[in-house]
Amino acid sequence: MTAAPHAAREPVPRVRVLLPRALVDLFPGAATVTEVEAVTVDAALDALDRRWPGMRARLADTRPAIRKHINVFIDGERATLRTRLKPGDEVCILTAISGG
Amino acid sequence: MTDAIRLLVGTKKGLFFLDSDSGRDGWRLSGPHCATWPINHAVADPVTGAIHAGGGNEWFGPAVWTSRDGGASWSHSSAGLAYEEGADPVKSVWSLMARDGRVHAGVEPAGLFVSEDGAQSFAPLDALRHHPTRERWMPGAAGLILHHIVGHPEDPARLWVAISAAGVFATEDGGRTWAPRNDGTRQDYAPEEHRYAEVGQCVHSLTMAAGMPDRLYQQNHCGMYRSDDAGRNWQSIEAGLPSTFGFPAVAHPSDPDTLFLFPLNGDQKGRFAPDGKVAVWRTRDGGATWQALREGLPQQDAYVTVLRQGMATDGGAPAGLYFGTTSGEVYASRDEGESWQCVARHLPMISSVEAMRP
Repeated sequence: MTAAPHAAREPVPRVRVLLPRALVDLFPGAATVTEVEAVTVDAALDALDRRWPGMRARLADTRPAIRKHINVFIDGERATLRTRLKPGDEVCILTAISGG
Repeated sequence: MTDAIRLLVGTKKGLFFLDSDSGRDGWRLSGPHCATWPINHAVADPVTGAIHAGGGNEWFGPAVWTSRDGGASWSHSSAGLAYEEGADPVKSVWSLMARDGRVHAGVEPAGLFVSEDGAQSFAPLDALRHHPTRERWMPGAAGLILHHIVGHPEDPARLWVAISAAGVFATEDGGRTWAPRNDGTRQDYAPEEHRYAEVGQCVHSLTMAAGMPDRLYQQNHCGMYRSDDAGRNWQSIEAGLPSTFGFPAVAHPSDPDTLFLFPLNGDQKGRFAPDGKVAVWRTRDGGATWQALREGLPQQDAYVTVLRQGMATDGGAPAGLYFGTTSGEVYASRDEGESWQCVARHLPMISSVEAMRP
């Protein structure tokens, strides 16, 4: 009996992430446009956090969920942490209307 | 004469500094710091000089901001300021205490955290949040907030905290166990049979008498109180004051019998200075008698409010006293409240004032 050949592992999608200026200003060296490799929005936030420690906590809470006044859109559709990503997706992170 | 003083003024739109020379009569405003985040409270570590500012941003969540160069540059962290998955997350930092090499942070929803690395990361002191009385804690108008942390001057394991609306809790073992300390404080908003309950009191401010760590004072939603046994029993000291309602209470830095309050007209009457006339009230005898201090303060059409952490003293002799209003003014006295001058106006809504030596 021979071992089954390993299934070809799907490549992790590489996506473009657009970050709001108010967030970028909190992290020296951060840019408003960046690219990460991630399977889900959740994993994309982890990737951002590895690059700029602390960034995930600014975008998601510990429920865990995307923060109430942060919006994440992918191709015009509102996303959650569990939304899966495809190669070439543009993940647009926006600050919602808030404050006074 | 005293040392130069810096006031840390926490506002809804950032932290501001007010700096004076040693005469405490000229004040320079600078800020806003902390990227204009709402800052509920800011303190200085008396040993390292680091400034820590706690707050929360509607977009980006809670954080403690820290500057180790006098405000020239800042970092922010919420590492560890977290509850378990599924629980309501930490929304904002409400109170800070920096001493004995630690930074304690009180948050909303009510809980206490401690940092051993200068506010770069925090660990929960979860026994308080999981106290058996927790289900009887009720949020006040500002939420279920832990807004005061008071430390024993010699024993770092002894802490008192104030939570709205749960009351005062104390630990004598560094936060492993907690006990309510509310006997004698009332809840006018509760049915008669629950008026003096174990917990549920809406404490507004908690302060320790100088040199007498067993003596605490508190301003409550329902009355002003003194305890001479570390909070185990409280006696009303409200007779002679214009109301039973107010937010801040500030103990004198060297005289344990002197306390400063800012009574407001009442919880259902607008919560501003009675009759639109601003006064700080001072006792020199532990609350037996009170004196209104009005010189230099507006005495007509001044509907101002001072919040829980909005008044502070410095360690000068005579003591300086300071308060900030929700309408953005800061008043300063360099003679223990005898006379006042307005040293800043047109600031955002002020949540807190603390004094430090820069």
